[in-house]
Amino acid sequence: MSRFITGPFRNALTLLVGLLVLWQALYWVVGDVALRSPLQTAAFMGRFMTSPQFLPHLAETGRAFGLALVLAVAIGLSIGFSLGLNRFMSDVFEPVLVAVYSIPKITLYPILLLAFGLGISAKVAFGAIHGIIPIALFTMAAVRSVRKVYLKTGRVLRLPPTEAILRIVLPAAMPEIFAGLRIGFSLTLIGTLLGEMFASQRGLGFLLMNAIGLHNVDLIMGLTVLLAGFAGVASAVLLSLNKRLQART
Amino acid sequence: MRDVPTPLVLLRGGEKVFPPPGPSGRPVHALGPLDLELRRGEFFAVVGPSGCGKSTLLELIAGLSTASRGEVAFEGRPIRGEIPDGVGVVFQEDASFPWLTVRDNIAFGLKRLPLPADEKTRRIERALAMMGLASFAASYPAQLSGGMRQRVCIARTLVTEPKLILLDEPFGALDQQTRLLMGDEVLNLWRKTGATVFLITHALDEAAMLADRIGVMSARPGRLIDVVETGWPRDRDSRIVEEEAFGAITARLWRSLRAESMKSLGHAGAAA
Ligand SMILES: Nc1ncnc2c1ncn2[C@@H]1O[C@H](COP(=O)(O)OP(=O)(O)OP(=O)(O)O)[C@@H](O)[C@H]1O
Ligand SMILES: [Mg+2]
Repeated sequence: MSRFITGPFRNALTLLVGLLVLWQALYWVVGDVALRSPLQTAAFMGRFMTSPQFLPHLAETGRAFGLALVLAVAIGLSIGFSLGLNRFMSDVFEPVLVAVYSIPKITLYPILLLAFGLGISAKVAFGAIHGIIPIALFTMAAVRSVRKVYLKTGRVLRLPPTEAILRIVLPAAMPEIFAGLRIGFSLTLIGTLLGEMFASQRGLGFLLMNAIGLHNVDLIMGLTVLLAGFAGVASAVLLSLNKRLQART
Repeated sequence: MRDVPTPLVLLRGGEKVFPPPGPSGRPVHALGPLDLELRRGEFFAVVGPSGCGKSTLLELIAGLSTASRGEVAFEGRPIRGEIPDGVGVVFQEDASFPWLTVRDNIAFGLKRLPLPADEKTRRIERALAMMGLASFAASYPAQLSGGMRQRVCIARTLVTEPKLILLDEPFGALDQQTRLLMGDEVLNLWRKTGATVFLITHALDEAAMLADRIGVMSARPGRLIDVVETGWPRDRDSRIVEEEAFGAITARLWRSLRAESMKSLGHAGAAA
């Protein structure tokens, strides 16, 4: 039995229990006005998640996030590869990307709303914008740092360029690219939710904003826990995949 | 018209100058001018002080880089930056792919060859056995020692059955005993395949034991200052280190190299 509770799993469990204890303690100090206890939140979420209004909002956010993620990964990888494979281009565009990355993305939101309207596309675009640049920057650095001797090996074996990219550059750069994908994942999620919070009629972000407006503490806490839980689990899964990739090098 | 067969590789006035490393630096004259001829089927070794341009020479022959001046020809055809068919290279650095198992690393060499699957399997098994890697076929390079990873790279080159095998200090990471035994394996392979072997080494005894001819290079920019014929029979092995001629060859190599090695260490005055 205790055999199963070892290593990273035990660490995660310890962290979880620690957070719950902290939460409960905070609840005792602050009281009912601003917080709910873990148990109350769980009970509320149990009811809320089985109510008919929950699923459509979840589906909306899931769809927006999924689309944004696909876009961010596809565009980020393409930019990263084109720049990484070309020394001159990457020297020129890296500072530009870093500069764009440091702009608070929220300043772009009005422009996006004008371009895409209030529907799902604005959220998707806003989510993707958050993810593209970190994925591109990580991919570019990863591709550039692929050891020259691997590429020479490909040339001696007379691989055509596309095959050399697929069979050598991609796997060689994968551990580092994956680190970029992990960060891109979190930022795209944040971007999508922010998009929903500020201009949308549907989705978990919209529900959260609404709950804040109505001071619905139950719903605020419930949604926060739900989103944090999702991000935490996803991040843990990606991290363990990343570790497995890195273990080989 | 001519009864002399064309050499497999012919280098005439080959030189390599690298562009300056920084905006204020000077161009690096790494190699040559150098004339070299590799005869079909011979075992040619190159020794030279460190940094004299041995790897640079290998890349010119492989077609991995172009000569700044001079000509390189493979089977009578000039090569300018494109890799001729039938050349295999084992690099000085570890070039095993960490994301593939030992077996998949070796199989990678066969990716582009239109061979039936069972022939590929046969070649891979034979290379695994020859390089002593059979029990590590499913391991990843990270689980192997440096010397074993280098053997993976040799095996990956062998399966393509190249006409010309270029080896850049492949046994640098091995201990002396293993080096002698690997030397026997390379000799075996050279005899069985009939390939031409070009071997860079820093060990004079290794060159003296393995090669038909040994080129001695000067300090950078590397030129050939001596070519020593060993006159060994084709079916030799590491036991020739006991022969009298072996000592004489090693001594001659060292005589040619001593002054050059000192130069490359910066003892220019002591060279006389
Ligand atoms: N791409 C490059 N750009 C600039 N200089 C280079 C480059 N490659 C090699 N050199 C320089 O050319 C010279 C010869 O290098 P090379 O690697 O051919 O020497 P080597 O004889 O193989 O040395 P070692 O015995 O250490 O392997 C060195 O001074 C090196 O610094
Ligand atoms: Mg070298």
